[in-house]
Amino acid sequence: MLKANIDLRKYKMQIGLTLIFALVILLFIITSPEVFLRPSIYLAYLTTIPFIGIMGLGLTFVLASGEIDLSFASVMAFAGYVCAVMVDLTGSVTVGIIGGLLSGAVIGALNGLFIRKIGIPSIVVTLGMMFLIRGAVNLLSGGLGRSFTFLIGTPWHSILVGKIGGRFPAHALWFLGLAVVLWFILFRHRFGNHVLFSGDNEGAAQMMGINVDWVKIKVFILMGVLAAFAGIIDSFRLLKWWPTMGEGFLLTTFASVFVGGTSMFGGEATILGTFIGAYLIGSLEAGIVAAGLSGFWTRFIYGFLILVAVTIHTVLRKGRGV
Amino acid sequence: MPLVEMKDIHKYFGTVVALRGVDFKVDENEVVGLIGDNGAGKSTLIKILSGVFPPTKGEIYVKGQKIDPRRYSVREAHRLGIETVFQEQALGIKQSIWRNLFLGREPTDRLGFLKVVEARDETHKLMREVLRFRGGGVSPDASVRTLSGGERQGVAIGRAMYFEADLVILDEPTRALSVQEVQKVLNFIRELKRRGKSCVYISHTIANVYAVSDRFVILDRGKVVGEYKREEVSEPELNEILIELHESRAQEELQTDSF
Ligand SMILES: Nc1ncnc2c1ncn2[C@@H]1O[C@H](COP(=O)(O)OP(=O)(O)OP(=O)(O)O)[C@@H](O)[C@H]1O
Ligand SMILES: [Mg+2]
Repeated sequence: MLKANIDLRKYKMQIGLTLIFALVILLFIITSPEVFLRPSIYLAYLTTIPFIGIMGLGLTFVLASGEIDLSFASVMAFAGYVCAVMVDLTGSVTVGIIGGLLSGAVIGALNGLFIRKIGIPSIVVTLGMMFLIRGAVNLLSGGLGRSFTFLIGTPWHSILVGKIGGRFPAHALWFLGLAVVLWFILFRHRFGNHVLFSGDNEGAAQMMGINVDWVKIKVFILMGVLAAFAGIIDSFRLLKWWPTMGEGFLLTTFASVFVGGTSMFGGEATILGTFIGAYLIGSLEAGIVAAGLSGFWTRFIYGFLILVAVTIHTVLRKGRGV
Repeated sequence: MPLVEMKDIHKYFGTVVALRGVDFKVDENEVVGLIGDNGAGKSTLIKILSGVFPPTKGEIYVKGQKIDPRRYSVREAHRLGIETVFQEQALGIKQSIWRNLFLGREPTDRLGFLKVVEARDETHKLMREVLRFRGGGVSPDASVRTLSGGERQGVAIGRAMYFEADLVILDEPTRALSVQEVQKVLNFIRELKRRGKSCVYISHTIANVYAVSDRFVILDRGKVVGEYKREEVSEPELNEILIELHESRAQEELQTDSF
């Protein structure tokens, strides 16, 4: 019993967050029961939220390592494009997927090398990379979208974005699975331990023999691959790709991660928080619109929620004696 | 054969010259007190020896074996049995005590997953039996930022105690410690000596250095300016030497200023 209590206290941030989420949904149920008492809205959430969620997991690693990434939404579009071109060239969806993921890894590695080997702050490097990659996407595609209808009926389509039992979106399971795996990597693996220490006290990590440069480069590669994965599956789901893909996801991904409780200052992160945060942020818009409020309210409520959540997280952290 | 030997070590940080031709050695089963003013280069010297950064020039031998500076690292130093408590403590204060204890040497399975139970138990044992934090009431899961300054220092020293080494380097380990805690550190050094190990002890508190060292090396502005066996000087004499050094240095600086 005592042990259970201690464990609960460790997760009070996440429990609080779950309560807020439950409260928000309850509020939606009260304001628009006709929408929120039926399962279809929840299935819609499971369909749209995994994209920001998967990138949010990568961003959680980046922030834990004491860095920041602004380029992942552009990487999402770039990888989708690479995938489409590779499938055109080779006729193989598998090659397309691998090519797309690799392109994300390469951009992540470039980010990491600029940051660690040349010594430019990550906010500057990834800001540049954000524009550069989006520009490259527009130039290469000529601003035109691409069709992914070649996917229909292929096994990759059902594995990645199929509907389980005709209703449940497979990529919601991918998000869940990735969250579980990445939780283990961050908190139960040597690599995650080095990520946390690199973000907490870089000098200390170096003095204890951690190759901080290499750890951070790997984190950016992970971010790139996850963003690429999100781009590929989003194209698969909609059976098309378009050059502005991901543009609306940059800030909502950040919002999910911060609302979830991951700190800006490195060395502290929560995968569970990011998971819940993604669902919280991702469910707001539909609820606000269903409640009959105009879309103008969405941003206002986003902003309000972010400020409240981050204030609570910061106060809780202070209580632990920063 | 000395346990470690450094020959003609130079270290530049950009235009700052931290070390200009230092020869330094530690024998088997010897405690060396490394002393000198702030900025003399003590920490820089032992960081080179611990593999944190390479010297700009110079040679290092460990157990008679020449070290390739390009391949030397903290990991390699650990492997060769050199353990260091850094002046900066080298702790991640947002992480738990057990994570700090095993940082860089985590017990893992073949896939690299942490053996958390083992790491916690070992930490708990060390805290209970050696460090004796608040009567053993601190959990290994507590984050380092919840510890007092002395307790943090205890974690840094405990790390060196846990990983049995042939050479333990202590850079200002008694800063922030109470009188009893300082005695524990001194006893730890005596214990190392008794078990046949070696130690480099850096401190500005000459009484402490004198109490445990076999030999003293005085560093001043990146050079060794004096070396004494314990039999050759008394504690007041050693103090006298340091004060004179300080004064002659002040004089010199005054002269160069007036030009
Ligand atoms: N990373 C660094 N970059 C630039 N200069 C450095 C660096 N580390 C040390 N120095 C410089 O090298 C010189 C020697 O510093 P060091 O830390 O070795 O002195 P110290 O003898 O340990 O002094 P203290 O007793 O104050 O700890 C100083 O002038 C310091 O400013
Ligand atoms: Mg020093």
